[in-house]
Amino acid sequence: MGNEQKENSNKYSIIIPTYNERLNIALLVYLIFKHLPNVNFEIIVVDDGSPDGTQDIVKQLQSVYGEDRILLRARPKKLGLGTAYIHGLKHASGNFVVIMDADLSHHPKYLPNFIKKQMETGADIVTGTRYVKGGGVHGWNLMRKLTSRGANVLAQTLLWPGVSDLTGSFRLYRKSVLEDVIGSCVSKGYVFQMEMIVRATRKGYNIAEVPITFVDRVYGSSKLGGSEIVEYLKGLIYLLLTT
Amino acid sequence: MHSFKSNFDSWPSGSAPVAEEGRGKVAVKMKHILKILALLVAISAFWIGLLQASVIPESYTWLLPLYFIVSLGCYGVLMVGVGLMQFPTCPQEALLLHQDILEARDFLKNKGVDVGSN
Repeated sequence: MGNEQKENSNKYSIIIPTYNERLNIALLVYLIFKHLPNVNFEIIVVDDGSPDGTQDIVKQLQSVYGEDRILLRARPKKLGLGTAYIHGLKHASGNFVVIMDADLSHHPKYLPNFIKKQMETGADIVTGTRYVKGGGVHGWNLMRKLTSRGANVLAQTLLWPGVSDLTGSFRLYRKSVLEDVIGSCVSKGYVFQMEMIVRATRKGYNIAEVPITFVDRVYGSSKLGGSEIVEYLKGLIYLLLTT
Repeated sequence: MHSFKSNFDSWPSGSAPVAEEGRGKVAVKMKHILKILALLVAISAFWIGLLQASVIPESYTWLLPLYFIVSLGCYGVLMVGVGLMQFPTCPQEALLLHQDILEARDFLKNKGVDVGSN
């Protein structure tokens, strides 16, 4: 009982890269504020010059919630996920950093679980996993589940990564750890997420897991085709040889 | 000795958590691929040993690597199949999310944020 009331003096910087997320970003921000009522946090939106007016929506949100709680740190065009995190990191004033997707596939209601897990275990990284009991995915057909499972088994066999969900991008990092790991990562897309967690494992960081549910794309379209599979395999081989 | 020092030189300075240093990872950061190769070398040595010692009939021993690879493949397929059957799903989450979205839109509309129509 006393544990839950324990003072949390940490500050959490939530970095959200966006591109054409005009509809989702407002909903996401609302839900974050709803589920973190007594937590010291800031939201850093890294928008890559969205043509749909995402940045205007963010400015409207700033007038509702405050410019100290929502930071808009935009970039001129699509420059990649890894650099988006690095850009967000430069403006992060918290000692912990959360990364999550803008499309509502990552639900903010799990944020308290991430924070609690980190405080309980003292972990350097808490990663959300969709593949354990208590977690799950909705909106994937059989083919998608098959490729996901196959990819996971292959990665587990080759890399021995120590986490159950390698490509997940809903994570809490100690800020110093994120800075350390992100510097040595060179991949793109979701291979980048894999590289981050594998490099963190190799460096001996303490990684904990929290089950999360993942509802695939409410608005917009998800992407997984032949080229993604090739990229994935290339990424696996790269990680096998260089980590 | 020289390779030892060069590992230290490539360490990120000051950012590794101090508490972790005693965890046994201080010395050599062996690349993962080397661990796998070492394992394969050990298995190969064992296999060659079996060939030399003639404990098992040689024709059988020659086929062992094939059996090993095939069983590995079968194990992989099994893991994929089992995982697929046990794949955790959460259909109720879609409904909950839908409710959250309605709640969010309501609140934000009242605050003057443009939440658009679908």
